[in-house]
Amino acid sequence: MFTATAFASILPEILILTIGLIILVCEPFWKGEQKRNAGWLTAGGLFAAMLLSLLLARPSEPQVVLGGMLRFDWLGFFFKMLFMFAAAVTALMMMDYEKIGKRGESYLLLLVSLIGMNLMASSADLVMLYLSIETTSIPLYVLSGFLLDDDLSVEAGFKYFIYGAMSSAMMLYGFSLVFGFAGTTDLYAVAATLTSGAISPWIAFGVATLIIVGLGFKISIVPFHFWAPDVYHGAPTPISGFLSTASKAAGFAVVMRLFFVAFPEFSAAWATTLAALAAISMTVGNFLALPQTNIKRLLAYSSISHAGYTLIGVVAFSQFGAASVIFYLAVYILTNLLAFGIAAAFRRAGGGDELSDYSGMSRRSPLLGLLALTAFLSLSGMPPFGGFVAKVVIFAAGIQADYLWLVIVGIINSIIGLYYYLNVLKFVYLYRTPNQDEENNPIPLTQPYKIALVILAVGVILIGTVFAPFFNWSNVGALRLF
Amino acid sequence: MIPLSWYLILAAALFCVGLFGMLTRRNVVAILFGIELMLNAVNINLVSFWRYGEITSMSGQVFTIIVFAVAAAEVSVGLALVISAYRRRNTIVADELDMLKW
Repeated sequence: MFTATAFASILPEILILTIGLIILVCEPFWKGEQKRNAGWLTAGGLFAAMLLSLLLARPSEPQVVLGGMLRFDWLGFFFKMLFMFAAAVTALMMMDYEKIGKRGESYLLLLVSLIGMNLMASSADLVMLYLSIETTSIPLYVLSGFLLDDDLSVEAGFKYFIYGAMSSAMMLYGFSLVFGFAGTTDLYAVAATLTSGAISPWIAFGVATLIIVGLGFKISIVPFHFWAPDVYHGAPTPISGFLSTASKAAGFAVVMRLFFVAFPEFSAAWATTLAALAAISMTVGNFLALPQTNIKRLLAYSSISHAGYTLIGVVAFSQFGAASVIFYLAVYILTNLLAFGIAAAFRRAGGGDELSDYSGMSRRSPLLGLLALTAFLSLSGMPPFGGFVAKVVIFAAGIQADYLWLVIVGIINSIIGLYYYLNVLKFVYLYRTPNQDEENNPIPLTQPYKIALVILAVGVILIGTVFAPFFNWSNVGALRLF
Repeated sequence: MIPLSWYLILAAALFCVGLFGMLTRRNVVAILFGIELMLNAVNINLVSFWRYGEITSMSGQVFTIIVFAVAAAEVSVGLALVISAYRRRNTIVADELDMLKW
């Protein structure tokens, strides 16, 4: 039962849990400034766990393990590595952030939610899928509302919980109907029993709608996006970054597995609906981002539009489409974490979240200005940064699947997006703070921020210039999905 | 024996009542009740599908038990968040927690 393969398939989760337990044991013994060490431990431990998993626990042939609960394959493995990287970088950013950096439990909650995401990416059973989605969400509700003496954070946690609980209950109702009609909870067996002749298309459409509500909340596409700007705005900035990247990518991992594997018969019919959702998400996200003056709200709307771009790859419904989704998410995780990391570092150094606070940033801290340039140009899809290649492959997947209109909407939206991304850079590079000696008023960057931000920026440039190996890896992940 | 469809209609009705309550109530505790009703509708669905389906497989029952456990965890976190909101803002009416908009 518990074979070597089963052990290898959950090795990353075992290591994450070990890190969490070490933190839980050690944290009470640390005093004051020492409590920061939990951040080093989390980040270092996660990088070590990634290395160990890459060396020892690589999947070979896809295999269903642990009583059919998990599928040990490359798709899950890639997403696991992405989530662990994102969590490690988030831990570095949390270290010096007021009120969450010196609390052991915040790192523990981050790790628990990371375990949930890892299981989401590899689950092959409806029961496991539901359990892992909730394991991801519940710690994130707490983390969003973690700053108990901050009105905005309390309200963000509260709203995230209400929206999250409602959408997960609707998704669960959809799962219960899938279980009823298919007679099994195994995702790979559902496809065999749930054929288009077996149930009426109306019921199939209803079930699909319920599931899309739940997953649409996770990946924050329009019209299930209302929570995103409020929660990203109120939550502690490193947590907003984690929510907008890893949590969204986990949602996409589930979307891909459900639509490509569990309901392939119906996916063609639903592709039109998903294409419409993608077009609406891109457009609404971009247009609502235009008037924003708060950097976190701007990034929230931008992340809604990015979910729309990513959905093009899902709609394409091909192996190339799946590979382009994985590649896009990898780039997006790097880029958006960088953008939120800059916002967190700047806020920590005494700046605000409003765009006008960013005036003269390039003179106060040339490094931070350069990093902001990397992040926002990559988000807007400029070469030589990762965002450009990612957009190219995702649009190519759309064209290959004959969704020309969707790709045109996407390209028009990229141009609209350019406006507000460049608007941020206008504040960073062109505007000056009035009556202030900027050179003598530098923005202090602590060690963990420097490490995290430089890793991310190097990653964004690397993935944009030497993209072939990265895209080949995403292709391997997509290859074994079907 | 009562046909399966009766149970499914009961579950669907309960789900709709929960969803309606959740969308119309302004008090957060009432919203949480709505969520509980929706989850209970799911449980009725799961157990009845299991009873009328392949009874040798345990998956329906296991799913129900896991839904219980997760619902309990979710509500405990939810109530904690409600308490923190109440301490901070002195209200648990959802409409009055409106600092974050636009």
